[in-house]
Amino acid sequence: MNDFWKLFSRNRSAVLGLLILCLVIFVASIASLIYPGDPFLYSKYPLSKPGENGFLLGSDSIGRDVASGIAHGAKTSLLIGLIATFAAVLIGVIFGALAGYYGGLVDDVLMRVTEVFQTIPSFIFAILLVAIIKPSIESVVIAITVVSWPAVARLVRGEFLALKNREFVQACHTLGMSDYRIMLKEILPNCLSPIIVIGSLMVATAILIESGLAFLGLGDPNVMSWGFQISDGRSMLRVAWWICTFPGIAILITVLAINLVGEGLNDALNPRLRERN
Amino acid sequence: MQGIPIILAIVVMNFFLLNLAEGDAVDVLAGEAGSATPEYMEKMRAKFGLDQPLPVQLAVYLKNVVQLDLGYSFRHEMPVHELIFDRFWATLLLMTSTIILAVGFGILLGLFAAVNLNTWKDALISVFALITYATPLFWVGLMMIIVFSIKNDWFPTSGMENSAAFYEGFDRVKDIAHHLVLPTITLSLFYLALYTRMMRASMLEQYGQDYVVTARAKGLSERRITFVHVLRNALLPVVTMAGVQVGALIGGSVIVESVFAWPGLGMLAFESLFARDLNLLLGIFLLSSVLVVAVNLVVDVIYCFLDPRIEVN
Amino acid sequence: MTNSLLKISNVDISLPEGSERLLAVENLCIDLVPGETLCIVGESGSGKSLTARALMGLLPAPHVKVTQGQIDFCGEDLTKVTERRLREIRGSEISMIFQEPMTALNPVMTIGGQIDEIFRYHVSMSAAERRERAIQLLDDVQLPDPAQIVNSYPHELSGGQRQRAMIAMALALEPKILIADEPTTALDVTTQAQILKLISDMQAVHQTGVLFITHDFGVVADIADRVAVMQYGHVVETGTVDKVLNNPEHPYTQALISSVPSLVPRSARARSEETVLEVKNVNKTFGGGSSFFKFGKPSRVVDAVKDVTIELRRGETLGVVGESGSGKSTLARCIIRLMDSDSGQIILNEVNICDLNRAEMRPWRAKIQMVFQDPFASLNPRVKIGQIIRQGPIIQGATQEEAEARTLELLEIVGLDERAFNRYPHEFSGGQRQRIGIARALALNPEILVADEPVSALDVSIQTQILSLLDEIRTKMNLSMVFITHDLRVAAQVCDRLAVMRYGEIVETGATADIFDAPQHSYTRDLLAAVPGQNWER
Repeated sequence: MNDFWKLFSRNRSAVLGLLILCLVIFVASIASLIYPGDPFLYSKYPLSKPGENGFLLGSDSIGRDVASGIAHGAKTSLLIGLIATFAAVLIGVIFGALAGYYGGLVDDVLMRVTEVFQTIPSFIFAILLVAIIKPSIESVVIAITVVSWPAVARLVRGEFLALKNREFVQACHTLGMSDYRIMLKEILPNCLSPIIVIGSLMVATAILIESGLAFLGLGDPNVMSWGFQISDGRSMLRVAWWICTFPGIAILITVLAINLVGEGLNDALNPRLRERN
Repeated sequence: MQGIPIILAIVVMNFFLLNLAEGDAVDVLAGEAGSATPEYMEKMRAKFGLDQPLPVQLAVYLKNVVQLDLGYSFRHEMPVHELIFDRFWATLLLMTSTIILAVGFGILLGLFAAVNLNTWKDALISVFALITYATPLFWVGLMMIIVFSIKNDWFPTSGMENSAAFYEGFDRVKDIAHHLVLPTITLSLFYLALYTRMMRASMLEQYGQDYVVTARAKGLSERRITFVHVLRNALLPVVTMAGVQVGALIGGSVIVESVFAWPGLGMLAFESLFARDLNLLLGIFLLSSVLVVAVNLVVDVIYCFLDPRIEVN
Repeated sequence: MTNSLLKISNVDISLPEGSERLLAVENLCIDLVPGETLCIVGESGSGKSLTARALMGLLPAPHVKVTQGQIDFCGEDLTKVTERRLREIRGSEISMIFQEPMTALNPVMTIGGQIDEIFRYHVSMSAAERRERAIQLLDDVQLPDPAQIVNSYPHELSGGQRQRAMIAMALALEPKILIADEPTTALDVTTQAQILKLISDMQAVHQTGVLFITHDFGVVADIADRVAVMQYGHVVETGTVDKVLNNPEHPYTQALISSVPSLVPRSARARSEETVLEVKNVNKTFGGGSSFFKFGKPSRVVDAVKDVTIELRRGETLGVVGESGSGKSTLARCIIRLMDSDSGQIILNEVNICDLNRAEMRPWRAKIQMVFQDPFASLNPRVKIGQIIRQGPIIQGATQEEAEARTLELLEIVGLDERAFNRYPHEFSGGQRQRIGIARALALNPEILVADEPVSALDVSIQTQILSLLDEIRTKMNLSMVFITHDLRVAAQVCDRLAVMRYGEIVETGATADIFDAPQHSYTRDLLAAVPGQNWER
């Protein structure tokens, strides 16, 4: 663990990313404390400029506090990003592990399914799914999961394919170890690093997809999100630039921070790549 | 040829998605009409074949798709395929200009960064790529509009051409190009960042290969090593990735087209979303999948030319 | 010497900070005259490859560089010349060939194109002339059909052919010095013999000075005029080949040379009457089946193991020898049931284990165990040593305490400290890891040990230790052993009997001494004739 931190902290931008990410998590967790009450609640001060009428980042066309929306939206984005990624990694690992380990027919079938999912334009597919299931937190999570897992499956399959012929795995076969145990205890721990890295980068992608869906009006109508704020502020672009600008910056720095952390993890967990520079 | 089973699978999935949705076409029609008797709805279902068992419906659906019949858009009162082909060219134009911009500049920037590794030029390009890689498309589009259309009236905010002006010939081309600038840049930025990062990483990986040492041992100049030996090898993964990313690009065009009101498939998808016109949405989905398969075939052919280890079938 | 080509004096090469030692090479002094072959010999990590790179100015900058000394090449100091002059010298006056012919050539450029570049960069010739010269060169290195190979890509050539093409490229402009960095290590022994002959033929024609880097004393004996032995970045001994090989002065040289296994087979032991393992008419093919979803023609069928029959008696060591692709490893994996053979019988204690399913096979696993080739790939990097050794007995039904006691006992048998129990594999050297692998195999008290090239990834001094460990435990535990190897020297010292394999078939079997004295099959004769260093016997 100490070694890991030493390697990770060598990448200064990754540490910066981690700090920003912690800040975003902190804001999300205290959103209800600093902005108690419904972020959808309108006031009698529409279109206040940033700093006016006690609105730190201004207010929108019906007087909702942009800053409050951003704080509450952080919760939505992070939650959806994390849950969807977790589900996608789980499905991807199971598919990839089975396909890579057993090969043959199992591999053929599972990989063809993966290929179909990879060919489909993922964002349009996500739109379709949400539109059909009806927009809600659950449907957004499902849609993001469905379009994200194939990348994990391919990665895990590749790792399993490479590792299953390694001599230490063959040695386990000669001892009579069960397949289940070989996959779980021998091979999986050896491909955790790339899974962690791809997982962290997927959280960022998930947040981008979520905001895109919300922008198109496919977010949960009862939950505040950054994409919704931007979509809502669109019509006021000429008169109130701040409504769209600040939530966008929030997305930008959150995704940037997660990407930086992901790269830091990659550098720290992947010694082969590290030596190259 | 491996594209055909994939398309088939997508068609089947399409069919089941359609069935998954609440209510069928008759419900939608009935809703349109305001009131409809249950008997009338039964009759309509029989007419559209919706009372048949699912496998029969699937077979009919497959047959229709093969004949390019993608159903009827009740909202637009037009067959879906006509609507789609109408809007297809606008999207194709946007996609082509974006791919050229993103892949072309991505490769150049990545190459430039790798050649100037660990200098301020490399750092600048990397920071630019890092930031654009994290920026949501729709927000870039809106910021572009604020800066280039609202604050400075350099580019139009929306549409594909100034239809009120009735331009013809070259003037019309110029007008469309003028409208194309902002949507293309917006859609390109994310992919530009992606290809830049990938090209840079790929170049660095190739620089570490044994054949580069051989080339140096032959006394070749660094310039020749970079442009003749490393570049061609480094392009291979980038070309593969360009094919894989086409699907994502089509997804991105939905957002960009709806921001700039670009009258393409993405805009059509956005409209059908609000109208709950599922037939149309599924048609767009199917066509875009076919487009991805087609682009991947083209990429495979290009790949064969670049990599002698792959045999052309 | 007045006509010296190259004179390296007092050269230091630094390593990046945080490395095991400060200098890769320290106070190096070597010289080379025209037409001479100087062999630099050493084990891995001795700094011999970096020395070669330093001459060409090809050290991986910026961390590894020459910090001191001169490299005098015909009056020029190569550590001082401009990069431009260095580029002129590379490829035309000093050229180099590498260990891995697979990766040393650009995969997307034709052989002709890669030779062509040398002419384009160093001399002025028309395109037609350059092409003609390229074809001529490929002909000189005895490649078949040079006119076609000039248009081929590297992947279309075999390993030996690629190395020939590399040599053609290196000798294109008749350089004064050829640096060869383990050029035959990745090749089979028969190909190695051809390449070595090619290098010395070309050298005789052009009076090239050859700096040959190798770890193999057999090769040294065959080609060297003079030898420099390196250890930890120092040259510990230099001299003529006769002096260094037959009268080594430095203790390290003496130890290295005494580790080289002799080609004279050790005396055979009495053969037991009891058969422990019988392999009858086993076949195994690869490829052929088209996959479920893929249409089109099925892939090429390869007979990896073809109608193989062998017999192993109690306490005996049977060597299976052959070159790469001969099917010897596949045979080992069929015997141990890591792969299912297509047909034939493998009889262990009167039971045909080919018929057993996974569950039925489990108790039989304990009787026959395997030692693997690669000490780095054969231990799970995420599992502690104790667990690696202990898990076998536990799977076979031992209690935790029994398994742990057995593990500690085995660590002692293979010569490791019991503190190894709680360590991870990366904390051990290659030789120590191989000991751990052996302990894992022994943990189940097997009757038969299948060893697949157990020493070929190890340095020669470690190799001796592992071989004597295997010999010791075989006697102590009354093991019978199937020993897979490509190295006939190792086979001569380890095996009672030999089976020679080629293209999946066994061409000859017999007692080791008989096969070495009077090989019956022509392939066996070729194989024996190709072993380097035949005429040198320490």
